[in-house]
Amino acid sequence: MLEQWFPNVDWEKMWEATVQTLYMTAISVVATFILGIILGLLLFLTAPGNRWENKVINFIIASFVNVFRSIPFIILIILLIPFTVWLMKSMLGANAALPALIVGAAPFYARMVEIALREVDKGVIEASQSMGANDWEIIYKVLLPESMPALVSGITVTAIALVSYTAMAGVVGAGGLGNLAYLEGYQRSNPDVTLVATVIILLIVFILQIIGDVITRSLDKR
Amino acid sequence: MITLKGLHKTFNAKSGVVKAVDDVNIEIEKGEIFGIIGYSGAGKSTLIRMLNLLERPTDGTVSIDGMDLSRLKGKELRKARQEISMVFQHFNLLWSRTVKENIAFPLEIAGVSSTERKKRVDELVKLVGLEGRENAYPSQLSGGQKQRVGIARALANNPKVLLCDEATSALDPKTTDSILDLLVDINKQLGLTIVLITHEMHVIRKICHRVAVMENGRIVEQGHVLEVFQNPKEDITRDFVNQLADPGDIHKTLDHLAEEYPEGKVVNLTFVQESAEKPLISDVLRKFAVDINILQGKISQTQEGAYGKLSVLLQGEEKDIQEAIAYMESHHVGVEVIQNA
Repeated sequence: MLEQWFPNVDWEKMWEATVQTLYMTAISVVATFILGIILGLLLFLTAPGNRWENKVINFIIASFVNVFRSIPFIILIILLIPFTVWLMKSMLGANAALPALIVGAAPFYARMVEIALREVDKGVIEASQSMGANDWEIIYKVLLPESMPALVSGITVTAIALVSYTAMAGVVGAGGLGNLAYLEGYQRSNPDVTLVATVIILLIVFILQIIGDVITRSLDKR
Repeated sequence: MITLKGLHKTFNAKSGVVKAVDDVNIEIEKGEIFGIIGYSGAGKSTLIRMLNLLERPTDGTVSIDGMDLSRLKGKELRKARQEISMVFQHFNLLWSRTVKENIAFPLEIAGVSSTERKKRVDELVKLVGLEGRENAYPSQLSGGQKQRVGIARALANNPKVLLCDEATSALDPKTTDSILDLLVDINKQLGLTIVLITHEMHVIRKICHRVAVMENGRIVEQGHVLEVFQNPKEDITRDFVNQLADPGDIHKTLDHLAEEYPEGKVVNLTFVQESAEKPLISDVLRKFAVDINILQGKISQTQEGAYGKLSVLLQGEEKDIQEAIAYMESHHVGVEVIQNA
């Protein structure tokens, strides 16, 4: 049945490519989450009127975020080749895609984190200060838990963007479903391979969205 | 217990320098409930925020229990703040935490062990009457219940002082009363000093021992609640006192009556403490040849005794009326004659 409809699909390769895509997505989502929260916190805390108000640091981080958020991903990969080779000792394979994925997604997510933190009730922060909380306690006991639903829905959006980034990274040799669809599907004129790869990517996106929605809903007690 | 000396706070706004708090001097005794009343913009929020250094004074000192708070910084200040709790108008609870977890929050900050925390939280839940709601989230509570959580949270670290920033202003009258009763309870049970700010005279009347009236950043009048009620010196204070006594347009009615009975006198009497409970009117009727027509009256309880206001129409010979008034004045009753046309 499957062979009749998809004569050119090598299911073993397809599975391998799926695992690579999932691997790239998973690692880069985790790294983006951590890095994005750190950058977002710094953006928020150094902004005028906040705890660590500092125009210089705020300007530097904001510029960094804006620059890397604005470069088209496919160009970012090329620009980052020297950095990737230095860091990963190679330009090929799933691991080689990670630096570009993270550098591309973390600034994007950092902005979402900043917006989420700005939504936290100022009164609650004031209350924590009145109880004698220090900055660190305010961050991990107030700011992060109170903005968690927005942080999770933000990382869901970012994760979906990352899935499509991995497909692009695939084209320049990182492996995964994008690579397979391009090399085996497009260049060898096997439309069935492209179709199956697309369907799998769509499935991954849908599942990510559902997981994100369920977690966001269970966290939000407002 | 709390001494504010020469306290100033100025803000640099676009429109120039704003004096939010201007030379405030207050001495608050231990175990007292001290109220600061003023209209919005009077600077009372800024003032109460200087008591825990959420706002740093531009000039002057804040000392609590002999410790000069305005000199503390960093860790020492955070430690000191654990003894000066605050309750907020909009509750400021963490929505991501349950009632229990919200109350445990200041204990976590103070580094209390988790078994201790559990015990203390249970006590506090009982103290503020929230049994059965421990695991609810703030969004599932009514305004009054939220404020109870706010109060329990504020009491968690056994503070010396409780600051209430318009703690009842977001609540309906009935809930306001139950929260005020709770504050009085806490004041009596724990001997806690309470400083509150409000724009409602009702709150001052119901629970405060002493009151300060604030206008344009300055304290214009302060004293024992009953004294201030009986003998308000400033116009703004009179306004606030009248908030309590006046059911709306009573003044119009009194003026009208004064015109209607030119031979009589419309008189406002203010009774305080014991005089509120003596049969003064029947005394006057027996002793003087006057008729007394009661127009309206009201008696309310304060923390330091009863406070009553009575409007009457006195009719009779001018001489008898004057004597009756003199008699009432000699019995510690405030007498205010509404002009007779």
